Order: sequence, then C-alpha cells, then structure tokens
Amino acid sequence: MEIFSIILYIILAPVAGGIIAGADRIITARMQSRVGPPIMQPFYDVLKLFSKQNLVVNRFHVDYVLCFLIFTVISGGIFFGGGNLLLCIFALIVANVFLVLAAYCSNSPYTLIGAERELLQMLAAEPMLLLTAVALYNVTGTFDISDMLKTTHTPFLYIPGVFVALSYVLTIKLRKSPFDLSTSHHAHQELVKGLTTEMAGPSLGFFELAHWYETILLLGLIYLFFANMPIVGIIVALAIYFVEILIDNINARIKWELMLKSAWIVTLILGVGNLFVLYFLSL
Amino acid sequence: MDWATFLILFPLIPTVLLLFTKKNYEAQKWIVIISSILIIAGSIGLAIQQVGRGGDFYYINAHAVNGLVVFGDIIVALVFLYICRNLPYKKYWIPLLVVVQYGLVIFYDLTGRMPEMSRYIYIDNLTVIMGLVIAIVGCLIAIYAVGYMKKYHHHHHGIEDRSHQFISAIFLFFFAMFGIIFSNSVAWIYFFWEITTLCSFIMISYSRTEEAKNNAMRAVWMLLLGGLAFSFGIIYCADTLKSLDLQQILTMKKALVLVPILLFCFAGMNKAAQFPFGNWLLGAMVAPTPSSALLHSSTMVKAGVYLVIRCSPILQDTAAGAIVAIIGGVSFLAGAAIAISQRNSKKVLAYSTIANLGLIILCAGVGTPFTLSAALLLIIFHAVAKALMFISVGSVDNATYSQDIEDMYGMVSNMPMLAVVMVIGISGMFLAPFGMLISKMAVLEALATRSPLFPPIVIFGGSMMLFFWTKWMGHLIAVTNKVPPKLNKEIGIEWIGLAGLAILTIVTVIIYPLIGEWWVIPMYGQCPMFSENIELTIGIMIVMMILPPLSFLIHWKNLVYTEPYLSGVNLEDKTKFLSSLGTSKEWSFKNYYLEKYFSEGKLLKPTIIFTICLWVLMFFMENL
Repeated sequence: MEIFSIILYIILAPVAGGIIAGADRIITARMQSRVGPPIMQPFYDVLKLFSKQNLVVNRFHVDYVLCFLIFTVISGGIFFGGGNLLLCIFALIVANVFLVLAAYCSNSPYTLIGAERELLQMLAAEPMLLLTAVALYNVTGTFDISDMLKTTHTPFLYIPGVFVALSYVLTIKLRKSPFDLSTSHHAHQELVKGLTTEMAGPSLGFFELAHWYETILLLGLIYLFFANMPIVGIIVALAIYFVEILIDNINARIKWELMLKSAWIVTLILGVGNLFVLYFLSL
Repeated sequence: MDWATFLILFPLIPTVLLLFTKKNYEAQKWIVIISSILIIAGSIGLAIQQVGRGGDFYYINAHAVNGLVVFGDIIVALVFLYICRNLPYKKYWIPLLVVVQYGLVIFYDLTGRMPEMSRYIYIDNLTVIMGLVIAIVGCLIAIYAVGYMKKYHHHHHGIEDRSHQFISAIFLFFFAMFGIIFSNSVAWIYFFWEITTLCSFIMISYSRTEEAKNNAMRAVWMLLLGGLAFSFGIIYCADTLKSLDLQQILTMKKALVLVPILLFCFAGMNKAAQFPFGNWLLGAMVAPTPSSALLHSSTMVKAGVYLVIRCSPILQDTAAGAIVAIIGGVSFLAGAAIAISQRNSKKVLAYSTIANLGLIILCAGVGTPFTLSAALLLIIFHAVAKALMFISVGSVDNATYSQDIEDMYGMVSNMPMLAVVMVIGISGMFLAPFGMLISKMAVLEALATRSPLFPPIVIFGGSMMLFFWTKWMGHLIAVTNKVPPKLNKEIGIEWIGLAGLAILTIVTVIIYPLIGEWWVIPMYGQCPMFSENIELTIGIMIVMMILPPLSFLIHWKNLVYTEPYLSGVNLEDKTKFLSSLGTSKEWSFKNYYLEKYFSEGKLLKPTIIFTICLWVLMFFMENL
C-alpha cells in the first residue's frame, strides 16, 4: 500500500468532500429557484460546529461517533492506498456499525428509530457494495485496487448492470431522498433528525467530516468502473453525483419496505444477473 | 499416536469419577479443572508434534479393540432401545430405526463380513485443529458448567439436582468427539458417532419436563436418521468396496465411492443441523445453557462438518458436491433470515449456528483447497465466539431470569463486565477485524472465481447477520437512565469460561496467520488469506482492535451533559414525557423484528420443502 497516497487522501478528501457538499447545496438551491449559499459554506458550518459546546447525552456517545469517523478514514485509506477492496468495504461496514451503536447508546427515542432505519439501509445497500467487489474481481482478476487500476480494458463494458445497480444503492449510502430514512440534510423530518438527533457541536462535526470522507470513497468506487480511463472516470463519478442530487430533489421519502425490496430486486436482477451473463459468456 | 490414545481414553476417567459426586460441588470443581487442564495439554502436545507435517497413519493391534467396539455398539443399541421404552405405540418407527441400523452393523460384525484393516488411527492437521477446538473450547465450557449448574438449581427448584451426571455426560462427549476425529475406520467412527447422539439426549432431557423430553426425543430420531444413512454407508463400503479404511476409500475412483460418501455426508449434514433437520438443534435450547454451548460450538455440530470436510475431496467438481454446497447455502440464507425475527437470545444463537454451519458445508461442498482453508478458519472462529455467546447468555439468564433480548436493553449499565464480554462475542461473530469476518472474506475470495451462484448467497446471508447482530449489540451498549433492578449478579467460577473464551476470541484473530502457517498451509497449500507478510497482517489486526477501546479512554474536555430530545416535553423523570393530555407517560423502544418478512412461519416451511427436494436430488444426481 502506498503511504503517500493514504496521507494525500486523509488531507485532501475532506477538502474535496466539502467542496462537493457546497456544490451540492448550490445546485439543489438552483433546482429550487434559490440562489443558495457560497460554495465554501459547508466548511464554515463544520468549523463553527467545532467551536460550539460539546453537548452530550452520555459520556460514550461522542466516542462512538469518533470511531465512525476513524473507521471511515481507515476504509478510505485502504481504498486510496491501493489495498484490498473487500477489506475496504468491510471497514466501511464497521464504521457504519459504530454510527448505529452511537445512536443506540444515546437512549433517545428519535435516535433509536434512526438507528433501526440505518440498519435497514445497511441491509438494503451492503449486498450491492460487496457484489460490486466480486464483479470487479471477475473482470480484473484481483481484489487489490492497485492492480485493478492497471487493467487494460474498461470494467464498465463488462458489468454495466452492476454499475447501474451500484448507482441505485448509492442513493442510500449518500443519504439522499427518497432513501434518506435514517437521517438527512433537509429539515423535513418526521423523525426530527433521526440518527443525528443527539449529536451536537463537535460530534456533529465528526459526523459531517465522516460523510465527506465517505462520499469521496463512494465516488472512487464508481471511478473503478473506468479504471483505465482516468478522465472519463472522474467525469462519470461527478455526473453520477449530479444525478443523485437530481433524484434527491424530485423524490419524496419512501417507506423502508419499498427501499429494501427495490434495492434487493435491483441487486438481484441487475447485479447478480450481470454476473451470470458474464459467467456464461466466458464459458 | 500416544497423544491420540490419551485424548480418546482419558475423558472416560472424569466421566466415571463424576458419577460419584452427587451434590458435591467442590469435588466436581476439582475433577473438572484438573481433567480439563490435562485434556488441553494433550491436545496442545499433539498439535506441536504435528506442526508442519502431513497425515500420519497409526497401526494398532486391532482384534481386541475391534471386539470392544462391537461390544460397545451392542451396549449403545440397548441404551437407545431403553430410551424408547415409554414411547407411545404409534411412534414404533423410532425403535425401528435403532433396530435396523444396529441390526445391520452388528450382523455384519458378528458374521465376519466386515473387511479386515490395519490402519485404525489417522492424524493429520484437520484432526489437530479439531482436537484443539474440542479440547480448549469444550473444557472451558465444562469448567463454566460446574458453576452454572449450581446456580441453575438455585432458581429451578422443581428439578432434581443431577448435575454430576450432566457434567459427566460432557466428558463422555469429549471421549466420543476425540474418537470421531482420530478414527480412520468408518465402523469406529459410527460407534463414536452414535455416542454423541446419546450424550445430546442425556443433556437435552436433563430437566425432565414434558418439553425437554419431547425435544430430546425429536433430537434422537432426527439424528438416528443420520445414523441410519451412516450404517448403510458402512454396509456399502464392506460389501462393494471391501474396505472400511476411510483414507483408502477417499483415494478410490469417484464414481465408485460416491454413494457411500454421499451417505456419510448425509449423516454429517444431519448432525450439523442443516435444513430440513435444523429442528433438533432448535429444540436443544431447552437444556441448561452449557449443553447448548457445547452442542453448538465445539462438539456435535462440528463432528458433522468435520465428516463432510473429510469427504470433500470426493465431492469436489461433482454435481452432487454442488448440491451439498447449495444445501449449505440455503441453510445459511434461511438461518440468517429467520434469526432477524427472533427475540429469544438462545434462538437467535441457534439460527445463527445453523447459518454458519451452512457456510462451512458450502465451503466443503465446493471442496477446493482454498475454500477448505476458509472452512477451517470458520470452524475455529465460530466455535470460540459461539461458545462465548452461549455461556454469557446463560449467565445473563441466571442473573435476570430472562433470555429475551429486549430485557438486555441497557445491560452495560447494570452488568458492565458481562456486557463487555458479550460485545466481544458478538463482534467475534460478524465485525471486522474479528474472526468470522476474516473467514467470510476468505470464503468470498475463494468463491469469486467460481459459479456466480455462491458469492451472492454469502453476501446476502452476511448482510442479514449484520442486521440482527448489530441490533442485539446496540441493546447491550445502550446507556439508560433507569435505576438498575436488583440482580443476582454474582458470577463465580464461570468467569474462567467467560474470560477465557473472550480472550481466545481476541487471541485467535491475532494468531490466525500463525495457525495458517503451522497447520493449514502444510495441508491445503498457500492461499491469499494467509499473506506472506505475517507481521504486517498481525499488526493491522491489532491496530483495528485497539482503536475503539483507545477512543473510549480519551478524556473529553468541556462535556456538557444534557437530556435526550423528547420533543421538548421532557419531565424530571428521564424515562417519561408529558403526553398531550397533561399526564406523564413512559417512553419505550423495541427493536425491529420485521416479522412480516422474516418470521419462522413465513420462511421455515418453504425452506424445509426446498431442501428436502435438494437432498433427494443429491442422491439421484450421480445417476444422471
């Protein structure tokens, strides 16, 4: 693994993630005929959060949130350091589990419902993430990201179904409407703020920071589908993010049952189906 | 060889001694502790002797011992018939199962139709790993059982105290398990095989309640079906193959030996509680917890997967082998899915056992060296973590008189040490960097190149496991504002078992690359999960495990404590809020169980029907 690129990721990912979040807010505002905040607004917000009082419901809450951040960074570090893709996804799952545990530990009803919904979101999204790793393995013959980047053919051409299905569950992972069940950036919440209800000041800052790291990591996953064409890869990753913003703005939140069913059906038909087609073509 | 003989025969001494210690807890304690130390020492001695070696055969003077095994068969058959004495008439088929299988085997024995053989004991690294698991995990459970049974009788007044018999049965179990793994003669394996069935009957029926008796009887007839298949396998080997030497059979032509091997696999998967036979394992939870811990982790079910792994060289690349793998996969999926809808902690554990064993069977059915290495890792990690989970659930039960997961809400405030132990156990079951996840990753890597059918099974099952383990763990670590109820928190000698297994859960993760280098690689060859850079792997594991506890040591400055948000209608009492009618109301929260989709009623029946079809298909497949 490349120490240099890991350090680069740790420093640059929050910057890029913050800028993407800022652009997200501007684009969303334009879609809603508003002007929107300046692009640097997310940075101002998070910096301000860290200068606030550390309001907690109990001593351990902020530790779990910190673990969420740490493991998200580890997961991203494995990814951008060229490590094992499966290990990277499992580390991301651990990070997510810590987020859920933080919610459980707070003993607050809104947060607890948020925790259950976050678990449902994981149940809906994780299969597709892991299946993406398996699919990329089938095309490139390796789980090591550093070797995947050396591939000479474009994985997307072999596994377009997997790509579409991954984009579908990306809406869940990025906490965008209609799948923002556990928490969201918007204020229209029957759950108050769900999972993040009890986070305040620095701990909410950690959460935001982790979200930026996670966003960059997920976009990196999209990039892998065009590993041999760097520029196309970056453009497609940004385009997918734009589509996610669009979906976010034209959909209302749905119930968990529809999310789980649709995510699994998409995973099974487009994801697993694509693998079968690939298997029979290569026989 | 000496170690093997010692390990098989020695457990008989405590078995007999313990029978004379009725209500003498002090004597029980010392007998169990001393014998456990000796058994563990024996297994480690054997392991050290085998480091880096392949398989070794041992020849022993068989005639005398063979006679003993036949005599033992007759005794076991009589005991089975004795168990059946009170059955209603319409259940005549249960004793019939005994009569048919033992009738056949003993008839062949006595009329000299069993072929002669000379290699009775076979030791390779698979045996070594099984031996370590049985000895270390099993003995820690045995020590735990001494303390547990005392408390069990403290709050189960109606039940006669026969704990000496119970613990004695545990050691009889070790005798049978060591017998199964060291024997190379299928007739010998069969003898020990049926003793484990007998032991599980003794344990499950311990409380002598109606439910316990019924469940024990169900376990017996379901397991006897496996025994029946086993005896047919032996007869086939004796008649057609003219050999009872398992290692020799495994080197014969696939087409020739597929029938007996499939019969053995049937017995193995039946013992490993794969669907449709999962029911006996679920019924076994009425027994005192140490027996569940034993049946689910190091013994019994592991004997089943051991046999399937032994047979896997024949299964590899056959259609029947693929169906074995699919049955394992279906059990994995169904077990994980049904566990989501269970509230009773022991039931969650039982379903997760079925699921994890399914995964091991899946690996064995595919049968490449890589998947077999993964299966071995799964056996080790699953035994340790599952034993830990069961005995901690037992201790919670002794303290709170409840097995309901909802009642464990906020346990970290009431019983912090026990909660920490359980969190380690649950992490061991599904979280990186702990064992089961390493193995699942290995399974996924091993299967990724093969048929696209298997990776999705592993992925979906794993995601469902994530769901039910996390919500359980969340309940444990919730920090509540409630005043803890008065609990019977005293835990004595059980701490040896609890702490021992908790430490093992962590240590096995750190040393697994070494286990790989010493025993797995010499047997199955190098594979990607045991990377060549052992120090780096160990380093990463330790860092990932140490980070979370370290973060809890951070001393945050300026923490300002506040109340959970209750829409602004908080009351003085933190568990209540002001309702719209102006009265105070308690708020409460229960986990999601998604019963609409994952309940037993919805999933059990289709699974059973589907798997029965698969089993039938498995036997016809090789004729196609």
